[in-house]
Amino acid sequence: MNTYGWVQAAVFFGLVALLAKPVGLYMSGVFQGERTFLAPVFGPIERGFYRLCRIDPDVEMSWVEYVMAVLAFGVVGLIYLYVLLRTQAWLPFNPQHFPNLSADNAWNASVSFLTNTNWQFYSGESTMSYFTQMAGLAWHNFVSAATGIAVAIAVVRGIARTDKKTLGNFWVDLTRATLYVLVPISLVGALVLVWQGVPQNFHAYHDVASLEGFKQSITGGPMASQEIIKELGTNGGGFVNANSASPNENPTPLSNLIEMLAIFLIGAGLTYTYGRMVRDQRQGWALFAAMSVLFVGGFAASYAAEAAGNPLVHQLAVAGGNLEGKEQRFGVAASALFATVTTDTSCGAVNAMHDSFMPLGGLVPLANMQLGEIVFGGVGTGLYGMIVFVVLTVFIAGLMVGRTPEYLGKKIERREMQLAILAALVLPVLALIPSAVSVLLKAGTATLGNNGAHGFSEILYMFASTTENNGSAFAGIGGNLYLNLVTGAVMLLGRYGFLIPIMALAGSLAGKKSVPETLGTFKTHSPIFVFLLLGVIVIVGLLTFVPADALGPIVEQLQLQQGKVF
Amino acid sequence: MISQRRIERRPQSRSLLDTAILWRATLDSFVKLDPRVQMRNPVMFVVEVGAAAVTGFFFRDIFTPGHGSAGFDFAIAAWLWFTVVFANFAEAMAEGRGKAQAEFMRRTKTETTARRVVDGKEEVVSAAALRRGDVVRVNAGELVPGDGDVIEGAASVDESAITGESAPVIRAAGGDRSAVTGGTRVLSDSILIRITSNPGETFLDRMIALVEGAQRQKTPNEIALAILLAGLTIIFVIAVATLAPFSIYAGAHQSVTVLIALLVCLIPTTIGGLLSAIGIAGMDRVMQRNVLAASGRAVEAAGDVDTLLLDKTGTITLGNRQASEFVAAPGVTVEELSLAAYLSSLPDETPEGQSIVTLAQTSISGEVAIPAGSTFVPFSAYTRMSGLDLAGGGAIRKGAPDAVRAWVRERGGEDSGELSKDVERIARSGGTPLLLARDGRVLAAIHLKDILKPNTKERFDRLRAMGIRTVMITGDNPLTANAIAREAGVDDFLAEATPETKMALIKREQVSGRLVAMTGDGTNDAPALAQADVGVAMNSGTQAAKEAANMIDLDSDPTKLIEIVEIGKQLLMTRGALTTFSIANDVAKYFAILPAMFVIAYPAMDVLNVMRLNPHSAILSAVIFNALIIVALIPLALKGVAYRPRGADAVLRDNVLVYGVGGIILPFIGIKMIDMLLAAFHLT
Repeated sequence: MNTYGWVQAAVFFGLVALLAKPVGLYMSGVFQGERTFLAPVFGPIERGFYRLCRIDPDVEMSWVEYVMAVLAFGVVGLIYLYVLLRTQAWLPFNPQHFPNLSADNAWNASVSFLTNTNWQFYSGESTMSYFTQMAGLAWHNFVSAATGIAVAIAVVRGIARTDKKTLGNFWVDLTRATLYVLVPISLVGALVLVWQGVPQNFHAYHDVASLEGFKQSITGGPMASQEIIKELGTNGGGFVNANSASPNENPTPLSNLIEMLAIFLIGAGLTYTYGRMVRDQRQGWALFAAMSVLFVGGFAASYAAEAAGNPLVHQLAVAGGNLEGKEQRFGVAASALFATVTTDTSCGAVNAMHDSFMPLGGLVPLANMQLGEIVFGGVGTGLYGMIVFVVLTVFIAGLMVGRTPEYLGKKIERREMQLAILAALVLPVLALIPSAVSVLLKAGTATLGNNGAHGFSEILYMFASTTENNGSAFAGIGGNLYLNLVTGAVMLLGRYGFLIPIMALAGSLAGKKSVPETLGTFKTHSPIFVFLLLGVIVIVGLLTFVPADALGPIVEQLQLQQGKVF
Repeated sequence: MISQRRIERRPQSRSLLDTAILWRATLDSFVKLDPRVQMRNPVMFVVEVGAAAVTGFFFRDIFTPGHGSAGFDFAIAAWLWFTVVFANFAEAMAEGRGKAQAEFMRRTKTETTARRVVDGKEEVVSAAALRRGDVVRVNAGELVPGDGDVIEGAASVDESAITGESAPVIRAAGGDRSAVTGGTRVLSDSILIRITSNPGETFLDRMIALVEGAQRQKTPNEIALAILLAGLTIIFVIAVATLAPFSIYAGAHQSVTVLIALLVCLIPTTIGGLLSAIGIAGMDRVMQRNVLAASGRAVEAAGDVDTLLLDKTGTITLGNRQASEFVAAPGVTVEELSLAAYLSSLPDETPEGQSIVTLAQTSISGEVAIPAGSTFVPFSAYTRMSGLDLAGGGAIRKGAPDAVRAWVRERGGEDSGELSKDVERIARSGGTPLLLARDGRVLAAIHLKDILKPNTKERFDRLRAMGIRTVMITGDNPLTANAIAREAGVDDFLAEATPETKMALIKREQVSGRLVAMTGDGTNDAPALAQADVGVAMNSGTQAAKEAANMIDLDSDPTKLIEIVEIGKQLLMTRGALTTFSIANDVAKYFAILPAMFVIAYPAMDVLNVMRLNPHSAILSAVIFNALIIVALIPLALKGVAYRPRGADAVLRDNVLVYGVGGIILPFIGIKMIDMLLAAFHLT
């Protein structure tokens, strides 16, 4: 590790902390129906859209209605993308003449984009037409992110409201998240990326002769527009297979910084929005603080492991950090930072190959996902994932002050506990059981690129990534019919299986009376609460995965010290 | 006889290590191994299923050798069974004291007969035949056959069977002291009682059921916690079950015994095993303070109380107010007013009245008697005055200033507002001002002084630190109430309280989300007692009040409410502390078990064996620790965690340090010590 690496991380995180408040303030205005400075531009579009779709923006929905709207929107979006992928050969903007996708590949890819996962069992530049990228994938990049934000806002309303039955209107939240948050930031961001050198065109790929004399095909296409929403919406699906490691997607140190900022921007801002909407800013900062500790811890561990390098390589008299699978342009620190950021959230974009990280360096992204991507998290999903941990913490530790647990004045009782537990079960069930089945099946291990502990890590990583809708991969594992179907199902259940109980929880909280705060109240904004929250996250969240991780990255690292590799 | 009874009635004061209770609890802990009993507690049920499975493996090892180590399977099976038995023992110990107490009460509840009055004739029937609405006569020396209200006569009643209090109490028809309880004994006189409960539903029956825990239902918070524990159990079942295929893939095949051992160590057995004991012990602690709680729910609610409504008299001040000063009206002599005060108070048996007599005597020379033919007018809530109608047509009144002034005007007297400054001064100082008047003239103001109970201020400061608001309820005027409230240190007061204003106050507090606790005894209090989240009725009160309340204080001590709140808080704290402790323990157990599991396949794993445990005994050591920690924590579960009334922040910080951080560190030490012992005795 060196000062330069730490300075990079400090500059990055300093900017995140600075931007959290203005972005959060702006979003709280957007979602509380206030008139924002963009209203003159987007207001007419918004109102026109409501008229077109016959939406009355003043009618609010109960949690059940809200969830039904989310599901209906999901079903339509899934069918739409599936049909598009199956027919792209006959549609325009396909200069490379890519064929239609097979049924199982189309299923996997459409679920993947619907659920904000962007897991890719294919290479974008050799599979997807420009039309598919723009009309299909980009569409979902926007609306899957907007769906996550909308649900998070509905959950926050549930906490903030008392004695109410409704949580807002999904169509309005979805529209406003897209129009006022995602589109404007993406527009500006895409232009900045174009300035940095990211392509934005409809040309066919350029074939050039390289210096070595080989023919090289340079990918073009509408890349910058796709790139910015890929990060901002924590989608992560690369235009090209190399994702943000490719010089076209991520050409400069500045573009690298912008992309990382875009990944954290909305998640960090939402913690401020949260404080604002529950009318106690300290609550938002408490979540921000807990997330920050986890971010710093994750980065430090990953950076330390990568900077320490591979002892076997050191024996060859090559000193320094682990550079396998990394872009020389970014080096160890920026790669470790990007890997931490992309798995703290549900983004999954990568600027280095996580598969080539040192085992402990790779454990950090894996563990980040196993915690539930709650460090700023996927847009929206991170906040409501954190709220499940908050509810668990309030319940366990809140009793210790001698009152039945309450959070922000709401009593946490039987129903809230059932729903929080239901939500908390989703991750271990989906990340562990399919992994266990897969290691026993030929189809599950057939496409593994590595055996032993490393191969096992690849399987663990795949199901953690798909459950949590991250989409980054340990690579080393190829798609087949079995994996296409199973990971598709896991992505769907990981998204909606978590979303439904947390919305029910919000619905239940919204209907409750608020207990006024007294000296006897458990304070959920104090440093000790942040400490307890972290304790519950680590013990309840992470320890579930310790036995499995012990057989993956942990034993791999221990064996590497003894000279054994896979 | 009576004193002996009193000693006998308090078996709850026995120590935790009473041999009879211990013996019985030991037996019960094996009876409770019945899977139908364990099913109610998912955490311990998983342990029992695991114990049964490993026992099966042990027999398989014996009869078909070659599968696994019979010695290891035996040791693990034995300690898993111990884990369940220890948890059962905790529950049985908690129930033990209640059972002992119930047995005593059953002996009290002997078969009695009753004289039922039908159409004016008495007939002797069995007490069991009495129904609600029957009227019975009870004579001196007889047992009251059932719960009821005195409808005629008055008697002194020995209630020691119920309250433990040996001094007899007066029970009389009408008013707030009319309730009698089945099983108590009438010592003097003869009374008519209307029975208010059917057999099997009497106070004594309910009390027996309560202390026995027969009707014990899980409280709302207990249910929510049980859901959390069940959820954690499922999560760890998944984590351990998937470890089987993972370890096969890794070439480090694990026996089912080892996986079950890991599972039992990870699931929250400590809190799972002690949860019901904590709840029962909490109820028991309330009972030891001579308070009957209708349900655990009420005790739990007491911990959540935000507002305490405290009756001024008996809680904040000593019941008796003392006359300390007469202030004469202009032109009235001391002799004249003292005589009037003396005459009007002589027949008044209230402590206040007697204190006026005492004060007046100091200024009267010679013997004075009430003129024959005079009638005493007792105090009533409507007139707010008492006094004497003299034989000759004159009258004396003393009472609330506005009532007395109205009386004076009514009798054609002049009321020029004299003494109003003095009245205000007395009220402002916290005293109760009375006016004394004779025939159309106001003679004097009487200063009745309220005497605060000692240490009230400290008490209310403690409550405030816990975040509880205290509201003093008093019939006094606002000025007086304000002065006493300030002196006593309560947060707020309700002056000139009537049942209606009291009810309105409770509802107002509840609408803003607060939980309210109050005490009461009169029939007037019944609606408010029912409305309050925690309503404590005095045993001396009416049947209506007792039925409306969710707790009954057998000692009839209004300050008990504060103790009840503290017990409720302590109960919740104990649950939280042990849950935190239980979960925090998992860290060390991982470090004990995982390296031992995989060190053979992956020797490099030895690095993680930070406790340097013997790989052959590490798993057993963790299982033993897991079982023994339940036993070690039984006293804590029964007594509750150390409790001092402080703010949430301080309480949380201490508990987190002790049970959270301590819960992480302690098992490292404990497991290591057990492992060293196993090695020392060559048990590995």
